[in-house]
Amino acid sequence: MQHESEIREPLILGKKSYHEITEDIVRPIEGKASKYWYMLLTISIICFLWGIGCLAYTIGMGIGVWGSNNGVDWAFDITNFVWWIGIGHAGTLISAVLLLFRQKWRMAINRAAEAMTIFAVMCAAIFVLLHTGRPWLDYWLFPLPNQFGSLWVNFNSPLMWDVFAVSTYFSVSLVFWYTGLVPDFAMIRDRAAKPLARKIYGIMSFGWGGSARHWSRFEEVSLVLAGLSTPLVFSVHSIVSTDFATAVVPGWHTTIFPPYFVAGAVFSGFAMVLTLLIIVRKIYSLENYITIKHIEYMNIVIIVTGSIVGVAYLTELFISWYSGVEYEQYAFLNRATGPYWWAYAAMMTCNVISPQLFWFKKLRTNLTFTFIMSIIVNIGMWFERFVIIVPTLCRTYLPSTWNMYSPSFIDWGIYTGTIGMFFTFFLLFTRYFPVIAQAELKSIMKSSGQEYKEKNAAHGHAAHH
Amino acid sequence: MSKAVIHAIFDDEEPLMASAKSLRSQGIHIKDVFTPFPVHGLDTAIGVPRTRIAITAFIYGLTGASLATLMMWYMMISDWPTDVGGKPSFAYYMNMPAFIPITFEATVLCAAHGMVITYYLRCWMLPGVKAKNPDPRTTDDKFLMVIETKEENKSNIESMLKNGGATEIHHK
Repeated sequence: MQHESEIREPLILGKKSYHEITEDIVRPIEGKASKYWYMLLTISIICFLWGIGCLAYTIGMGIGVWGSNNGVDWAFDITNFVWWIGIGHAGTLISAVLLLFRQKWRMAINRAAEAMTIFAVMCAAIFVLLHTGRPWLDYWLFPLPNQFGSLWVNFNSPLMWDVFAVSTYFSVSLVFWYTGLVPDFAMIRDRAAKPLARKIYGIMSFGWGGSARHWSRFEEVSLVLAGLSTPLVFSVHSIVSTDFATAVVPGWHTTIFPPYFVAGAVFSGFAMVLTLLIIVRKIYSLENYITIKHIEYMNIVIIVTGSIVGVAYLTELFISWYSGVEYEQYAFLNRATGPYWWAYAAMMTCNVISPQLFWFKKLRTNLTFTFIMSIIVNIGMWFERFVIIVPTLCRTYLPSTWNMYSPSFIDWGIYTGTIGMFFTFFLLFTRYFPVIAQAELKSIMKSSGQEYKEKNAAHGHAAHH
Repeated sequence: MSKAVIHAIFDDEEPLMASAKSLRSQGIHIKDVFTPFPVHGLDTAIGVPRTRIAITAFIYGLTGASLATLMMWYMMISDWPTDVGGKPSFAYYMNMPAFIPITFEATVLCAAHGMVITYYLRCWMLPGVKAKNPDPRTTDDKFLMVIETKEENKSNIESMLKNGGATEIHHK
């Protein structure tokens, strides 16, 4: 068993036995769902259905029903795609990068964060699949032999890299998440009272028994998957950023894009994890596992990544001036003072100024404040993508092509629909899946549980004197 | 000389580890241990060799990288070279910088999925497989040690297990 310094705060509060951890994690699954759960689920499903309606209308009529036009040919679709993909990144960061750094606090939040990743990437996929215009031909994105020659897909194109990056990212995240879920499904199976539940969780747990051999393979698989997912997650948003950076559009053609996009992705992803987990810990009474300390750690990540994003914004501005290229200079001037200045102002306020408030310990350990901030950050990061895309495209090289963009009813509908889908899936996840990786949590109970830490501290002092 | 199977149940990891070590030092073979969470060092304590699953991941990764290279060479250089944005496509090495992202993604894709499929097959974990733990409490808070031994050693091992802190002993 590992020893942990006394200075580190406990990650599991209260006196817990292994069995009590089981009980606490399984309660939302075995018990009845609360009124709030049904209420939230109803709202989410209504939004989801509305989104499906708008999506069907788009497929029927074509993407002319969107607000996108000849100048601004990327707008809500790509803004929302990049926003959702970015949100997904925090899940992988928590489960993979924090695993490599042996951060034990990840164990209370990695399951929910990975679920968030998977649902967010599904939402992102809707936009890319739809924005091709003829989604029934989306299989053309893959290098399949065809009757045009064969005319192959273009591997020089970042859009093609994106196809590979996003599909790899989605499938690897799914497998990583599921492999971690298997022992927890087995736990639910072994205590299920109803035969149907035992049957279903039995199938989902793949016959897991917890043999020492299997645990040793399980840990090795988790470690290697973490090692593979870490560069993968950085590659995905870097590649997404090259969709812009390899274009010759002023304001997009910059080398800072990959790190800047990755930092922004982690920033917005952590904000979304906070939004979700502050609700989850409350309605499922998981305050002993997702503690204020966990919230504080995540807020620290938000300050760091928010500051990186802030530095990136300022660097962009400086370099555009320093480059001496007037088109480049105009692109940034236009973002800040042009017709979409309000989007730029919202981005700067939400992403650069507001996270700095987390330097105050009082604020970063305050749940209400953190919750509000998490939503502000997500709004800010949505505006960041909007600012990169729309104001840039509405004023490019040729003034005769300049025009304005405003989203249509359908644009809003699909966006709302993906939010509805995301929350529908997430709510179903919290109801039927173990929200916390309980097996992993049990393994740190003795090194990071409050009761044991206090016992060890008392013991250490006694030995000292 | 009939065989005896002993199932010893422990309530915590420390007595389990201590018993595993003392049994092994007596030369007694521990067939398997079922635990609710990964107990670090238990696999070496009961003599399970280090898993080679990471090596398979490396091999799958190399396969992925090779397949991606072959695919892009065939499609973009050999079968139908096209001039895209002036990027040279006369030979693979000229066009290669643009192929790095997909080579990387294919490496990760094959390494991750290949390894996970190997893991599930090697552990024989598939949908519909019967639960492998002999006692359902081992996924909650109990630790179960399985020992296969000869009938005449049984009482000796049992007393060792009891002294080591086993709370229940069953014969199978």
